[in-house]
Amino acid sequence: MNSKKQTLTAWLCLLPAIIFLGAFLVYPMIDVFIYSFEEGYNFASQSYFGIGGYNYSYVLHDPYFIQALKNTFIIVLITVPLSTGIALIISLALSSIDKLRELFQTIFFLPYVTNTLAVGLVFMILFQKTAYTDGMVNLLIRFFGGESVDFIDGPYSAKMFVMCFYTIWVVLPFKILILTSNLASVDPIYYKAAKIDATPKFRIFFKITLPMISPMVFYLVITGFIGAFKAYSDEVALFGTDLNAAGMNTIVGYIYDMLYGNSGGYPSYASAAAIILFAIVFTITIINLLVSEKTVYYQ
Amino acid sequence: MKIVLEHLTKKFPNRNKKIKEDVIAVNDFDYEIPNGKLIGLLGPSGCGKSTVLNLISGLEKPTNGKIHFGDDDVTELPAENRGVGLVFQNYALYPHLNVRENIRFPLENLRGKDKMTRDEMDRKVFETAKLVQIEGLLDRKPSEMSGGQQQRVAIARALVKQPKVLLLDEPLSNLDARLRLQTREELKRIQVETGITTIFVTHDQEEAMSICDTIVVMQDGRIMQHGNPQDVYDKPDNLFVAKFLGTPQINVFKGVVKAGTVFIGNDRIMMMEEDFEDRDVFVGIRPEGFIPDDSWNGRSEASDNKERLICEFRKLEVMGRDSSILCANEYFEGTMIRAIIASGTEIKTPGGEVAFNIKPNKIHIFDAKTGKVLH
Amino acid sequence: MSSNTDGKTGSVPHVNSEYKLIEQRATAANVFGQIIRYLLLAFWALIVLFPFYWMILTSFKSYSSYNSEYVPKLFVTSPTFQNYVDAFTEVSLGRYLLNTFVFTVVTTAIMLVIVVLSAFAFSRLEFKGKNILFALFLSLMMIPNELVIITNYVTITNMNLRNSMPGLVLPSVISVFYIYLLKENFEQIPDELYKAAKVDGTSDMRYLWRVMIPIAKPTLITITILKVIECWNSYVWPRLITDDPNFFLVSNGIQEIRENGFGRENIPAMMAAVVAISVPLMVLFLVFRKKIMAGVARGGTKG
Repeated sequence: MNSKKQTLTAWLCLLPAIIFLGAFLVYPMIDVFIYSFEEGYNFASQSYFGIGGYNYSYVLHDPYFIQALKNTFIIVLITVPLSTGIALIISLALSSIDKLRELFQTIFFLPYVTNTLAVGLVFMILFQKTAYTDGMVNLLIRFFGGESVDFIDGPYSAKMFVMCFYTIWVVLPFKILILTSNLASVDPIYYKAAKIDATPKFRIFFKITLPMISPMVFYLVITGFIGAFKAYSDEVALFGTDLNAAGMNTIVGYIYDMLYGNSGGYPSYASAAAIILFAIVFTITIINLLVSEKTVYYQ
Repeated sequence: MKIVLEHLTKKFPNRNKKIKEDVIAVNDFDYEIPNGKLIGLLGPSGCGKSTVLNLISGLEKPTNGKIHFGDDDVTELPAENRGVGLVFQNYALYPHLNVRENIRFPLENLRGKDKMTRDEMDRKVFETAKLVQIEGLLDRKPSEMSGGQQQRVAIARALVKQPKVLLLDEPLSNLDARLRLQTREELKRIQVETGITTIFVTHDQEEAMSICDTIVVMQDGRIMQHGNPQDVYDKPDNLFVAKFLGTPQINVFKGVVKAGTVFIGNDRIMMMEEDFEDRDVFVGIRPEGFIPDDSWNGRSEASDNKERLICEFRKLEVMGRDSSILCANEYFEGTMIRAIIASGTEIKTPGGEVAFNIKPNKIHIFDAKTGKVLH
Repeated sequence: MSSNTDGKTGSVPHVNSEYKLIEQRATAANVFGQIIRYLLLAFWALIVLFPFYWMILTSFKSYSSYNSEYVPKLFVTSPTFQNYVDAFTEVSLGRYLLNTFVFTVVTTAIMLVIVVLSAFAFSRLEFKGKNILFALFLSLMMIPNELVIITNYVTITNMNLRNSMPGLVLPSVISVFYIYLLKENFEQIPDELYKAAKVDGTSDMRYLWRVMIPIAKPTLITITILKVIECWNSYVWPRLITDDPNFFLVSNGIQEIRENGFGRENIPAMMAAVVAISVPLMVLFLVFRKKIMAGVARGGTKG
């Protein structure tokens, strides 16, 4: 087939992708960037005052944004290391058992295929303390001699706790799956060689297993960070759509509110906040990549 | 340290789940491995030789039988505590560590009174690296080295902890032909220098014959014969061993023993020394056992009742010092008989046939039913 | 190195009775380790399963019996289906499910077409600027979704497609990641197959349909599964552009139920709704779990 025909076919094949990507990915990217610099954009009249950093300044001084920023960072810093660590421990345990392994793997993967808002509602009910009932979780706490806490409408630390707990619950299936399959791909011959050399178990883990799975662990950390910064729907699942009232808003929630909120839409503020988010994620990813150069063993 | 393997049996559940019976990988393996020697475990694929190695190292537990290191019964002792050095077929070098760290790895596991300081370890690593001649590569990673170099690192790692016994699983099979010759001499040298009891597993009989003090030939999990390589070659106990050792392979014919004489077809081959009942036999003749008989002038002449084998001449291959006579015989088990003679020997082929006298020490007679040697 | 047959190999004692001790200790440690592992796994399994158990359990409790339990009970005394009836009658649960189903199927179908064609073009066809274009595509993967919804919201609004299926579907269709995955897979198909097909007079499209797609089936299944899960759980975009409950998907439907449905009080009925929403994917999962888990693992590791 001659190259002219190939070229034509190729462009025809790519046309749908280009149209969709262009309209819904490229154009918005540029558009949002521009928006963020158009000050005082009024949606109704589609006019704006001028070009400048006003939007950014507004956002960065907005107490709701600061709160959202704080919440997001806490969630990121707690859930990413914890979820990766727990996933690692569970994967190691799974790899060392024989019977029931498939059963456990199936159970552990369940949260991945369920709707996070639906299950979030269940969590909310379990953790909530109302006038009628203390809720299952509080029952458990009282059983161990503690005092019941309202995790949904109560103190900030309690809410943060449920938030992190639920987030970890949701992200664990994917991580466990990836790590288990990665652990299985480590050639067992290395473990045999280590056995012959009388290597104690912890040494096998730190000196052999961990380096060999480090690229995957690292991948999970990076994607974990990126995903955690975008946390939003899990929060809504637990606390409802008015996250500001619960004090549990996240950056993405803030963007959302600015766009759709009661005030009739401030795309410029939303854009500025979105660009800020993008910048944060980008920076963290770069930092992560630099760290990986030193610590991760790539084959 | 001598190793005594007492009636070792290892069974595995059949991989094909439909078959209930276990696969018997090692069957009543009973042998004493002498101290300080280089032993070859030789046999075709699937004969159980690697399994024997795994049993000695402790990576597998025997279904029956016992293993003794010296006077100690180590059958139940875990692999970590047996103090063996094992070189795997594809080396199993830790890819993320460099050569020095790889060799040092076993030393870092030593505890208690055996624990070494960093300096002692480095010294030991260097010593061992020198022994296998890779002291210049200590900072390289395994991926940066050739197969031969990697193997030497694997050997160094096994030797650095001064094991009681060194086990090697098909050490030469991953190397190219030239390297193979070189490396097997290296193995011999290292074994002599260290004096460690060494067992290596191979399917290449030439390899085993050339460097081992003793060879053990296995088939289907059993020992078929053991002993000095030359002895096993010259005096095979059974048909399997005779066919397994020797390049080119021994020539096997269907024959009979009648009234104390061995016949291949109508050709009288030799007289049996002892009295044997008449029976069907296999006659094995080494390629170097054929001597062209120039006193035979063809079938047309009257038979002089001399002992000779008559074959249909096919081809003469001249290969430098030796030549091969390729011929055919209806009682031959195989495609082409190969007889090796010195180049330049005159060969008479009356009527397209050639006659051979056979050197008596190159004929081996085996009972057709049991395969055991009769002569 | 001196000839040495007494190995220095760590804790190897020279007397048989010490060996026995080592053997016993080793087996004991083994058993202990296994017990700990099983306990740990069972513990997490419980944490995973409990919400599901509770969800299903509560959906069968009658409203009055649920409210009467100050201390929640772990079992149901008189199970009832009333909640399910309520779930489908008092709120438009059926509508939400239907919308989500249509949305998922249409979006996934369109996505597959686009992804297959694009991956085909990148892997099999030669044209000027191919590498640059692919690099561009890859760089687009970095753009976070949260950013683009802002403009897409405006776009869709201006096109008057709010509260409509096209409005829901169109921006959700693309993903560069799936194009990348499939392209990698296509590239692994040996060139010789293509050349042999060409010699037999096969057109490119036919080759794609009859050779490449069947060979790449596992990856296609992976992509489909991942997209289906993504669509079923989609929340942010539907929430943004639909305020007419007739067009709600299950995610924003749940929010609606939570805030306005059943008088905000009828928890068992809410649970029934939740169960109804969760069941389709769960059933799909239980049936195809091996394929699903293998597919997600493959997709994750390639990333």
